Amino acid sequence: MKTLLLGNEAVARGLYEGGCTFVSSYPGTPSTEITEAAARYPEIYAEWAPNEKVAMEAAFGASLAGRRSFCGMKHVGLNVAADPLFTIAYTGINGGMIIGVADDAGMHSSQNEQDSRHYAKAAKLPMLEPSDSAEALEFTKLAYELSESFDTPVIMKMCTRISHSQSTVVLGEREDPAPRPYEKDGAKYIMMPGNAKRRHPVVEERLKNIARWAEHASVNRIEAGQDYKMGIITSSTSYQYVKEACGNTYPVLKLGMVWPLPEKKIIDFAKTVSLLVVVEELDGFIEEHCRKLGLACAGKDHFSCVDELSQNIIAEQLAHKKCTGIKLNEDIPPRPPVMCAGCPHRGLFYTLKQNRLTVLGDIGCYTLGAVAPLGAMDTTICMGASISGLHGFNKANGSESTGRTVAVIGDSTFMHSGVTGLINTAYNESHSTIIILDNSITGMTGHQQNPTTGFNLKGDPCAKIDLESLCRAIGINRVRVVDPYDLAACDAAVKEELAANEPSVIISRRPCALLKYVKHSGPIAAAPDKCVGCKSCMKIGCPAISIANGKAVIDNTLCTGCGVCAQLCKFDALGGKKEA
Amino acid sequence: METKNMMIVGVGGQGTLLASKLLGRLLLGKGYDVKVSEVHGMSQRGGSVVTYVRWGEKVYSPIIDKGQADVILSFELLEAARWTEYLKPGTGKIITNTQQINPMPVITGAAAYPQGLVEKMQAAGMDLDAIDALRLAEEAGSSKAVNIVLLGRLSKWFDFTEAEWLDAIEQSVPPKFLEMNKRAFQLGRQA
Repeated sequence: MKTLLLGNEAVARGLYEGGCTFVSSYPGTPSTEITEAAARYPEIYAEWAPNEKVAMEAAFGASLAGRRSFCGMKHVGLNVAADPLFTIAYTGINGGMIIGVADDAGMHSSQNEQDSRHYAKAAKLPMLEPSDSAEALEFTKLAYELSESFDTPVIMKMCTRISHSQSTVVLGEREDPAPRPYEKDGAKYIMMPGNAKRRHPVVEERLKNIARWAEHASVNRIEAGQDYKMGIITSSTSYQYVKEACGNTYPVLKLGMVWPLPEKKIIDFAKTVSLLVVVEELDGFIEEHCRKLGLACAGKDHFSCVDELSQNIIAEQLAHKKCTGIKLNEDIPPRPPVMCAGCPHRGLFYTLKQNRLTVLGDIGCYTLGAVAPLGAMDTTICMGASISGLHGFNKANGSESTGRTVAVIGDSTFMHSGVTGLINTAYNESHSTIIILDNSITGMTGHQQNPTTGFNLKGDPCAKIDLESLCRAIGINRVRVVDPYDLAACDAAVKEELAANEPSVIISRRPCALLKYVKHSGPIAAAPDKCVGCKSCMKIGCPAISIANGKAVIDNTLCTGCGVCAQLCKFDALGGKKEA
Repeated sequence: METKNMMIVGVGGQGTLLASKLLGRLLLGKGYDVKVSEVHGMSQRGGSVVTYVRWGEKVYSPIIDKGQADVILSFELLEAARWTEYLKPGTGKIITNTQQINPMPVITGAAAYPQGLVEKMQAAGMDLDAIDALRLAEEAGSSKAVNIVLLGRLSKWFDFTEAEWLDAIEQSVPPKFLEMNKRAFQLGRQA
């Protein structure tokens, strides 16, 4: 049956057809839907782990037990999981194991633009890179075969454009491989120095064997061209842009495995063309290897390592074809993402802004607290960096900063890697004030459950971490909960906890306004006769409020009736409620 | 046939994904090779969003670049103006909702919502079909049906039968909203 699947759904289908029984991941755009789609197959056990390191270790455990397993993450998640990655590369696997990682060239929803291919090279692991959904499905199944024949974890590298584009796939049947029995083998699985020293040469030999396989693998294919004055080496979405821009004009070496590289195949291909060009997104990974092989080639001198590529960029560089449209001669104001109407984070960030605090931020929807008019954030680095960064900031500055600096972190991010920072805050005692923005869901990536929500990935009730008890158990004595819709309570909590001479945690608790179970009270009614046009209500950056003819106007299609704006109005012009 | 390119643009939360999913399914059913490129993550939070739908004998790139769109279906007026550079010069067509949703820089007063955009796009020689999809959606029974009204308007551009469209809508919306969405589709198609 032919159907349209997202690249991520196609990976999930490949897991299903390839006999996967265990998936553990942490959500992260653009990788999230692999695990969500895998969870819809009853034959696959799938879970959200608190972070990517845990997910990878769990997937390794399932592999050790003899089952085919998977863990999925975004590019920066692989940094978190890098520790197990480099050592399971030594131990190898029992049941087939796939590590899915999705890069985000162009940073559609990420804090950096790192190129995950370097991890394959650094950890000496094979990496497959599909260029559409059909390949995503096929390569996933192939990855299990490679994993088990070469005794190695295999990395499946996705990217935003492959993960989040739907293209046609043909569905197949599920294969059900017999579980491989677990056998105790300390020399393989206990990586203490004596054993690890014997495993390292095995890893090197394995990589050579995989490279030999790659020379003849159908995933690395040469497509004939009409004009051999130029030959192109490419992979992933770059391959699609090349074909779109150049059709069958030039020969193409299309790589489905980007590590290890088929060196002989590359050299032979280069011999057939006058000019070798490498087209790849982000770093010149393949290009550098070509140069190492002594091949003259063009690459990053034409195609930037910054941002995404596109068919027009290829056409301009390779065919000298300028592609343009008609630009409207008009200043079009930008439309950046904003906190949603009714977002529980808004009231809290307004409080931080009013108190003129320095705010060490974190990763999630609430990063939008950095945007005008709230602008109440000073840093965003990586998952968990708010709490640990605040500890260092306060220790270094002493009492100069403790009274006017806070950390903000979401519930899911706190469980991911904020909790270790809080342990450090308590253990090495800095008088830090940490605000956990508990909206009872992982918001940014599209509402995934986490250990604080009381539900698992499948939606079944499960153990629920009690944040207050957890913080107290860590050694934080001052733990309090506020409702971020209540501005006075937020202000009092922030002022009191900043004044305290010990570490403290404020849990700002209210579920995400977009959650289906959250009932809204209906839009606020604006009273134009009372409105004096002071624009106090505009300070919270709510997309449902605008000023027309000098008066506040509420957009009824957006307003949830949260009432935060009403608390800012001194003239009672936003007091009433309209019928829902 | 040459690959056809359609962009669906709007504001995060307006339901552009439903429209592209529905179209993708319809086009696949007609035997085309199809690619639909979506937006997930941060830009969905009220930001400017774009979805690419491409179909033909063999579709390579998942995205549409400047000067390539045969149709831009816009859910909001400013967004239509933002993406005009992607329209195929000479033959491209814009179908836009006239609804205006203020972006944050306009809300805060840092920028102004440009006036007379419909006239300006027409004056620049663009083939523009502008309808008040919000009003029609409300007439159909819900302001949330803006996407289906616009699909109704778009349907005239394709040679699918009305039954094929209605069938695709039935597969894409919850049963309790089906009748309302069918009304929304008809209002858009007949507007």
